[in-house]
Amino acid sequence: MREVSIIGIGQTDVGEHWERSLRDLAVDAMIAAIKDSHAERVDALYVGNMLSGELTAQEHLGTLLADWGGLGGTEAYKVEAADASGAAAVRLGYLAVASGVHDFVIACGVEKTTDADAETSNASWTYGTDAEYEGNQGVTVPSMAGLLMRRYMHEFEVTHDRFAPFSVIAHANGVNNPHAMYRSPISAESYARAGMIADPISMFDGAPLCDGAAAVLLCPAELARRFCARPVRIRASAAATDRLAVHSRNDPLFLQAAQLSAQRAYLQAGVAPSDVELFELHDAFSILAALSLEACGFAERGKATALAGEGAFDLHGRTPICTMGGLKARGHPIGASGVYQVVEVTQQLRGEAGANQIEAHLGMTQSLGGTGATAITHILEG
Amino acid sequence: MNVARYWRTEKTRYGLVGETCRVCGKPIFPPRDLCPHCTEAGQDLRTFGGRGEVYSFAHVTDAPAGYTEYQPYTVALIKLEEGPLLTAQLTDVDQSDVRIGMPVEMVTRKLKEEGENGMVVYGYKFRPVMHE
Ligand SMILES: [Zn+2]
Repeated sequence: MREVSIIGIGQTDVGEHWERSLRDLAVDAMIAAIKDSHAERVDALYVGNMLSGELTAQEHLGTLLADWGGLGGTEAYKVEAADASGAAAVRLGYLAVASGVHDFVIACGVEKTTDADAETSNASWTYGTDAEYEGNQGVTVPSMAGLLMRRYMHEFEVTHDRFAPFSVIAHANGVNNPHAMYRSPISAESYARAGMIADPISMFDGAPLCDGAAAVLLCPAELARRFCARPVRIRASAAATDRLAVHSRNDPLFLQAAQLSAQRAYLQAGVAPSDVELFELHDAFSILAALSLEACGFAERGKATALAGEGAFDLHGRTPICTMGGLKARGHPIGASGVYQVVEVTQQLRGEAGANQIEAHLGMTQSLGGTGATAITHILEG
Repeated sequence: MNVARYWRTEKTRYGLVGETCRVCGKPIFPPRDLCPHCTEAGQDLRTFGGRGEVYSFAHVTDAPAGYTEYQPYTVALIKLEEGPLLTAQLTDVDQSDVRIGMPVEMVTRKLKEEGENGMVVYGYKFRPVMHE
């Protein structure tokens, strides 16, 4: 296997893009990544997306974006793993370069949710659950997270207000990210006052569905310096799955796939959680941030909210999370979020994170599909 | 919408029919071709008693298309007496009375109405156990 580096990144603003279509957004991100890298050719394109068929009546995305992105003739596919689709595209790109099959690969994540009404996009988001035994019962993605949060509060005797730091951190960091959807800070007091969307999940527990596209350009590490002054090495790429339905998991409060993919990544990179200097995690809901931290070894079980309360995950804390706003404040363009995470860690490792810059050489991303049935982890070094 | 998609799982939804694994002996719900515990094939059908308790719950206020007429409603993880967890709506209960550990029993109710031709899908929901 060859070592793989990121030599180009691109991202659109995250939000409601009434003027721009799915293909416009994706092409913007792809072109930005190509320009950033100075690469002269692209051998393959992997597109991470969950709902283009449902929300915009468009499948065959790989070919569409190769065509409109000026890569006509290039091998291209869409990959789907619910909310982790973008991370899956990065992993497939990594495998293609590492294996020696391709030298220059783009992984692009894109989602366009505002072409459908909110009821339809929320209903479609639920397709990532078990349609026959969860979806059929009228669950929503926020309510599935609510089942986990309520049980967590019960088992670990944690009150709802203890989850506030996750949203507060995300919003504080989103302020300085020009691409973020929300750029205003929130306080623990406003968190406590927020209305419920799927009690116990409040408006400030959940990330907003929206539009956006992000892309990375990968090549063999040995070629990277020819194209990029500060290439970022992918030290580990790992994925794992759990039982799709929450009710079929051994312990719904332990994200086994998150643990498995993180352990595989630590092993591949030869590092421990204490070596990780920033962690872009999947805070689609504050409870998922807590469960991801616990599964990946950054907090003991039941202790993530207490550690967050002590400042461990603040921008200048022990392990900063959501350094550019996370899903909560940057926004959650479903199938694109996994690529945004990789782009943001790359910005940090290159020293291009602006006011949110932290001193770091090793960063980690973890993207979850749904409530954790898929987990994809990457460790990057700059 | 294709009707076969619904009658295929009718026994499971109306009768809470699951399985017992012939190899490891564990109860399985919903039924599967490969045991989720030992991955062996070969199970005997069994009907679950329909009693259990609330393991967790959340209130749905933004229901997906097809379910909006029932909102707000409560979805729950139910721990059946025989062991398995399942996902179901609670019914015949005031949302503010729901508690983790609350004893519940299965009833058959309308789950949703689908499409313009109004196909009605029935299935299990759970309600607080009536005191005898
Ligand atoms: Zn078995």
